[in-house]
Amino acid sequence: MTMDPVTLVLVALLLPAASALVIGVMPPLRRAGRTAAWFSIACIAASLTSAILAWRAFHGDGAGEPIRAAWSWLPSAHGPFATVGVLVDSTSTTMLLLVTLVATLVQIYSTCYLSDEPSPALGRYYGLQSLFAFSMMGVVIAPNLLQLFICWELVGVCSCLLIGFWYRKPEAARAALKAFWTTKLGDVGLLIGIVLLQRATGTFDLVELRHLAEVQQIPLAGLSIITFCLYMGAAGKSAQFPLHVWLPDAMEGPTPVSALIHAATMVTAGVYLLVRTDWLFALTPNVLAIVCWNGAFTALLAATLACVQTDIKRVLAYSTVSQLGYMMAAIGAGFASCGFFHLLTHGVFKALLFLGAGAVIHAVGSNDVADMGGLAKKMPQTAIVFLIGTLSLAGIPLFAGYASKEAVLGSVWVGGFHIPFFLLLFSAFLTAFYMFRVVFLAFFGASDIGHRTSDIDRAAPGDSHDTAHHAHGHAHDPSHLHDAPLPMTGPLWVLGLIALGIGLYFTVRPPDHPEFEAVRWLSPAAIGMGLGGILLAYLTYQREAISADALASAFAPIRTAALHKFWLDDIYVGLYRHVLLAFSRAIGWIDRYLVDGVLNVISAWTLDGGDRLRRMQTGKVQDYVWAVGLGLLALMAWIGVTW
Amino acid sequence: MPLQAYLTLAAVVFCLGLFGTVTRRNTVGILLGIELMLNAVNINFVAFSRFHGNDAGMIFTLFAICITVAEVALGLAIVILLFRTRKTATADHVDWLKG
Repeated sequence: MTMDPVTLVLVALLLPAASALVIGVMPPLRRAGRTAAWFSIACIAASLTSAILAWRAFHGDGAGEPIRAAWSWLPSAHGPFATVGVLVDSTSTTMLLLVTLVATLVQIYSTCYLSDEPSPALGRYYGLQSLFAFSMMGVVIAPNLLQLFICWELVGVCSCLLIGFWYRKPEAARAALKAFWTTKLGDVGLLIGIVLLQRATGTFDLVELRHLAEVQQIPLAGLSIITFCLYMGAAGKSAQFPLHVWLPDAMEGPTPVSALIHAATMVTAGVYLLVRTDWLFALTPNVLAIVCWNGAFTALLAATLACVQTDIKRVLAYSTVSQLGYMMAAIGAGFASCGFFHLLTHGVFKALLFLGAGAVIHAVGSNDVADMGGLAKKMPQTAIVFLIGTLSLAGIPLFAGYASKEAVLGSVWVGGFHIPFFLLLFSAFLTAFYMFRVVFLAFFGASDIGHRTSDIDRAAPGDSHDTAHHAHGHAHDPSHLHDAPLPMTGPLWVLGLIALGIGLYFTVRPPDHPEFEAVRWLSPAAIGMGLGGILLAYLTYQREAISADALASAFAPIRTAALHKFWLDDIYVGLYRHVLLAFSRAIGWIDRYLVDGVLNVISAWTLDGGDRLRRMQTGKVQDYVWAVGLGLLALMAWIGVTW
Repeated sequence: MPLQAYLTLAAVVFCLGLFGTVTRRNTVGILLGIELMLNAVNINFVAFSRFHGNDAGMIFTLFAICITVAEVALGLAIVILLFRTRKTATADHVDWLKG
């Protein structure tokens, strides 16, 4: 089948848009719930097929030149000011594959996960899911920065609405707004960056910009500011320090949403943007260094935070932040392809982990690993796929994360960033540790659901769970726990097998990076770190040879800091309350007493003057005669003087 | 008789009229003052007309007399209405326009 890749990509893009539109404008369909769900799934499945065909059509003839199809949108005197269209190249078709695949699986999974929801809510959910799929694909295939920005914002809106899916729950509503505004802070930077870039070069178009960069026609003066602004947008969406605070709170949304938006696709949009514009960032090495350092720092910070969380979804959320840090570090080191590689494998196995966690939460009715234990016997399928995901994340050979994590580490080392490299290496150790801590606590060990409360850390204050909506209608009798039905296990297996397949493929045929070959100790070091983390978790939480409390007290200061999220949220709240509000109050005072004060004084004077002048009018006719006579005399005198 | 004599007479009559207008308390007296001032002007007109041999002044005076008649009729009507409604003909008692 040799269809035009552009047509196929357009079909893939527009099917979810049509689905969102139809569900949006047809209330009966939306209220029907299930029907809307299947309609949306049919559209996204067709979109997946189309994306696969587009990938094959593009890669069939040896991955040729990027194809750009653009239609003029905003006209101006010198050709169109802005265009809309698609940019089909190797990166975008591959990313399209990931987005449609995860979106399809998540939508199928959601039919079961959200089966207790009322029909209108389900219809709303699927409408938003379709809209999200469309917007995300719009980001992926955007041929110019303007279109990318529009879809970027749409993605943010969908994320906000889906986090706040249970909007009656105050935590969910707050988390939705927090996610929206925190990413918006970065988006302001992105918009400024795009506009500055357009003013500097005269175009939004990625292909034209790339051509300009190749012939060195982009003015270098002020380019660092532009790329830093673009990075701000990416840091907001991809949850880089210090804008990462929204992602853990975003776990208030339904778990499938977390799997799709906050693990596989939307949070990687920032990384994708940097991959898309790596030739531009290559012109500003200072900004790239910031990207690398901040990425490594974020990776370590989030890994530390993940170690103390007891909410399974929050562990995964911090792990996502950490892995995004890895991707950013690779891009910052100048190897955008390695970052993109990790993005793809991470998208698969992190979606797998989230969906697996969702299956567990669905069965147990709690997010807290303290309420789980010994689940491997009762939910063997979930346990196996979760283990595949965990091993992938830990970077163990034969699993998906191995090759990509090593590529990231190698690129950071070869890029000359040695301190970030060691931060990342240590994060790899922590990653294996915190993931296997969850695995051992939840899937192995004693089956003591519901009554183990004291022997591991309780969640940090302020944490909350999205369990309220699962609690009803489920009998959480430990003896009746079992694997989820097929709509949930099916996607898990698909993702698990893909993760395994990717891992096997790249373990047998490592990606071609001759420059990393020189660093021979890299592979053993990375694997050693992963295995070391697993071993520590095993000894602590399975064998209990090392007491968890002893471990906790050994790292007491860090643990305290991590439990308080390094006080970042408190700092933001403090900044808001004491700086921003104080500033607003000062402005309010100036407005009320200085600006308004001047006006009030003037008006008081006017009133007073009017009151005094009023008395002149006696109403007696002869006084007016006097006034006329004297006025006439004065006038005559004046005329006489001037003559 | 020289022109100055007529002008002096007119000035004296005008001043009398003005004095009456601003000092009389009775509204009818004020009207009389106004009449005196108008007639002082008329005397000026006639005197200048006579000395310059220009008849326009005479004609103008006739018009002024006509208008004065109408004005007096209106003024007296107002005074009568005032007396009917307010039971007074004193100017000082009419101060509805006081600010």
